[in-house]
Amino acid sequence: MSDTLNINLKVWRQANGNEKGKFESYQVQANPDMSFLEMFDVLNEQLIEDGREPVAFDHDCREGICGMCSMVINGRPHGPKQGVTTCQLHMRSFKDGDTVVVEPWRASAFPVIKDLSVDRGAFDRIIAAGGYVSVNTGNAVDANSILIPKDVADKAFEAATCIGCGACVSACKNASAMLFVGAKVTQLSMLPQGQAERESRVVAMVNQMDAEGFGACTNTGACAAECPKEIPLSVIATLNREYTSAKLKGR
Amino acid sequence: MKLLSFLFTSSIGRKLIMALTGLFLCLFLIVHLIGNLQLFKADGGYAFNHYAWFMTSNPLIKTVSWGLYAMIILHAVKGIYLAMQNRKAREVSYGVNGGSSNSTWSSRNMAILGSIIFIFIGIHMGDFWREYKFGDEITWKSYTQDYNTQEVTWADYTPVEGQKIYAKDIEGGHMLVAKDLYVEVWESFKQPWIVLIYVLSMLALSFHLLHGFQSAFQTLGVNHPSYSPIIQFIGRAFAILVPLGFAAIPLYVLFQ
Repeated sequence: MSDTLNINLKVWRQANGNEKGKFESYQVQANPDMSFLEMFDVLNEQLIEDGREPVAFDHDCREGICGMCSMVINGRPHGPKQGVTTCQLHMRSFKDGDTVVVEPWRASAFPVIKDLSVDRGAFDRIIAAGGYVSVNTGNAVDANSILIPKDVADKAFEAATCIGCGACVSACKNASAMLFVGAKVTQLSMLPQGQAERESRVVAMVNQMDAEGFGACTNTGACAAECPKEIPLSVIATLNREYTSAKLKGR
Repeated sequence: MKLLSFLFTSSIGRKLIMALTGLFLCLFLIVHLIGNLQLFKADGGYAFNHYAWFMTSNPLIKTVSWGLYAMIILHAVKGIYLAMQNRKAREVSYGVNGGSSNSTWSSRNMAILGSIIFIFIGIHMGDFWREYKFGDEITWKSYTQDYNTQEVTWADYTPVEGQKIYAKDIEGGHMLVAKDLYVEVWESFKQPWIVLIYVLSMLALSFHLLHGFQSAFQTLGVNHPSYSPIIQFIGRAFAILVPLGFAAIPLYVLFQ
């Protein structure tokens, strides 16, 4: 096959959270139409055939909506392409003979479980702290019984496209979770359904974010630049505003 | 005060302190630059020395200056604390760092740029503020300004024990007896290595402001498609023009 790509991989291998990790080199022949994860499937088949430990990596839907895949590829979360997850990155984005360095999300709040797989439970705990709305149970409400202006719905939806993958944290030089929390707070604070917990939510979520050991935001914009869903930096300004006004009101 | 305790206990609160003190320090830069532009006047330092006396003796200015020192310290201490916390948030660093592809250089180096500026403030205050306040090598001058012609004449003045700076109206004009900070500045900036330190520090200030100015507004929650481009434009202009104005003074003196 003339269009086969020879890729020199340097992959982070770490047995578990307590062991020290290191880079290992592998060679993989990849088809340009493969996704980056499929290239890893090929690598793992090779490793299994050779009787070696396959590389642990997170993946689930493989269509860019679950947020599980989490690889830092040549220093950039989800690789060199804008607005895609690792599963949507194709090997045609690389050249024959390229050396590709693959690392896990690196943040103290995201401890490594094994190899490229990290524990993103911190995000779940932030959501549990306040990322919800209260609704009455019973019959389903009519679809348009609550009127929401189109532009507000659009803005809220833009923030709601966050898949919670953690690329923002991994790209940020401070490992800050502000884009993630900002997206959730923006989405819920803009909609009528989110008003009941509006102030208590933002305080609870920021408290949890701080407790998890994420860094503080220095507005470098790396998070928004690397977000596979292209969540804008303005959600962080919204978060700052919502938090400050809730605090000044004594929340 | 309980309402404001979040400024010291939460990550967003600490960032608010950085933003508010930072913007206050931007205001100071404007005042300081306008005052220093009097160094360009060829009046033997009459205007500048008068101004220096006013700035160090007026009770209101003195109060504000203590506030200013507090702001500088708060901005620096909080900045260092945040930088250390942020380092702790990533204990194992990346093998390959892609920072340059998703953020500006100045935004990634605010702590180092700020440290350079902080050291510079120390050198700068040692050079002039300490010398003016406590130094015994500083010379004195007496000035007379004629009200009709606006012409200023000056002469060296030998201070007596416990000499006070004073100004008074005399017939047809005004006179001033003051410490000559102007000539101190002039003598310092005739030394190329001091000029180099000042110019490089202003370069660091420029990069610090390039990110800091617009970053402060983002932290204060101001991010809007209509206003943000204006803030960014003003921020860029401020970050270039203000340090350029400061750097022009030592360069002007050196090549004069």
